[in-house]
Amino acid sequence: MKNCLVVDDSKVIRKVARHILESLDLTVTEAVDGQDALTQCEASLPDVVLLDWNMPVMSGMEFLQALSATKMEARPKIIFCTTENGIGHIKAAVEAGADEYVMKPFDRETLESKLAIVGVI
Amino acid sequence: MALPPSRMGSGAARILTGLLEARTGQVLSEGRAWRMETALKPVLRDHGLQDIDELAGKLLRSRNSRLDEDVVNALLNNESSFFRDLQIFDLIHRQILPRIQDERGDRVLRIWSAGCSTGQEAYSLAIRFCNEAARWAGWRIEILATDISSAAIDQARSGVFSQMDVQRGLPIGDLIKWFEPAGDDWRANPELRRMIDFRQDNLFAARVPTGAYDLLLCRNVLLYFSPERRQSVFDLLARHSHDRSVLLLGAGEAVIGQSEEFVPHPEFRGSYARRGPSADAGNSARRAG
Repeated sequence: MKNCLVVDDSKVIRKVARHILESLDLTVTEAVDGQDALTQCEASLPDVVLLDWNMPVMSGMEFLQALSATKMEARPKIIFCTTENGIGHIKAAVEAGADEYVMKPFDRETLESKLAIVGVI
Repeated sequence: MALPPSRMGSGAARILTGLLEARTGQVLSEGRAWRMETALKPVLRDHGLQDIDELAGKLLRSRNSRLDEDVVNALLNNESSFFRDLQIFDLIHRQILPRIQDERGDRVLRIWSAGCSTGQEAYSLAIRFCNEAARWAGWRIEILATDISSAAIDQARSGVFSQMDVQRGLPIGDLIKWFEPAGDDWRANPELRRMIDFRQDNLFAARVPTGAYDLLLCRNVLLYFSPERRQSVFDLLARHSHDRSVLLLGAGEAVIGQSEEFVPHPEFRGSYARRGPSADAGNSARRAG
């Protein structure tokens, strides 16, 4: 089974995402901010990261930059999942290396289609 | 509020489903009948009606084509998404179109999206063509997209989609490249919109399609029709096909037992070819192999 790391400071969002992802046959781990996510990625690289933008300690963008700076051989697929829905934010995320972008609110079909696009399911 | 089972067989419900079938050929399955009342709420509000009994009475008493149209539009299922069944689009662009490109010496490619709903299928095709512009340089690409619903065609033609619409199946790179923000929504750019001819048309009395199409998509449409109506649609699709045309249906839809006009395509798994010498020979060879 493939693994998805859900990175969000909202417990509710993590819970909703977990529910959807597990129904799509993915195993799920959680991180509460970018730093927590980076630590978990260094220990065990997930197949895909569902990444919030605004978080305390380390934001989603800072996480993406820090991940790119590491010497990891593989790299997980990155799906931003955020309330930042402006075209400027979307372009910035893609330029920083995000593979996909989900605008909150999202539903199962949205998440499923994005995971299919990045080739995780 | 779901329509209670007792009311699904009521006179009002029968009048409404009868109108839908007469105008579109679609049979309202139980799976959709339960949501009839919810679907019709905006129509009741817009026309100042209390409930579906009053609506049915008004439909019977007056010849109000606007009301007829609004009811039909509300009852049709316009669910659609970009790149729905992604593997179908990979089949089209990696296998079917290269073969057509090899064969069409006149450099004209004709595609018909029959039952296009709000247009996501046609836009998905157009996006792939625009992304591969160099490969199609010098080609005339005609994409005809038809649907019975005037509301769906109006939306398709506008090219405006909600945030939820663009999130379903549309890669973020294509959203950035081919759409622009329009308030809370997103609008397809003019280059994309110009590629598609959206027209309202009825699959049982089709007036819009002309001649034969190289690729015909009629996906997730036939499941709403009775077997007799399906046969009639297959006849129409056959009339607008040639020996080398490729027909694509929705997942779970098939020609077996439905039509003598089409057979499984000898080259492209999951698609169909018009019955004829080349398709039959190809299928024989495949069986022998």
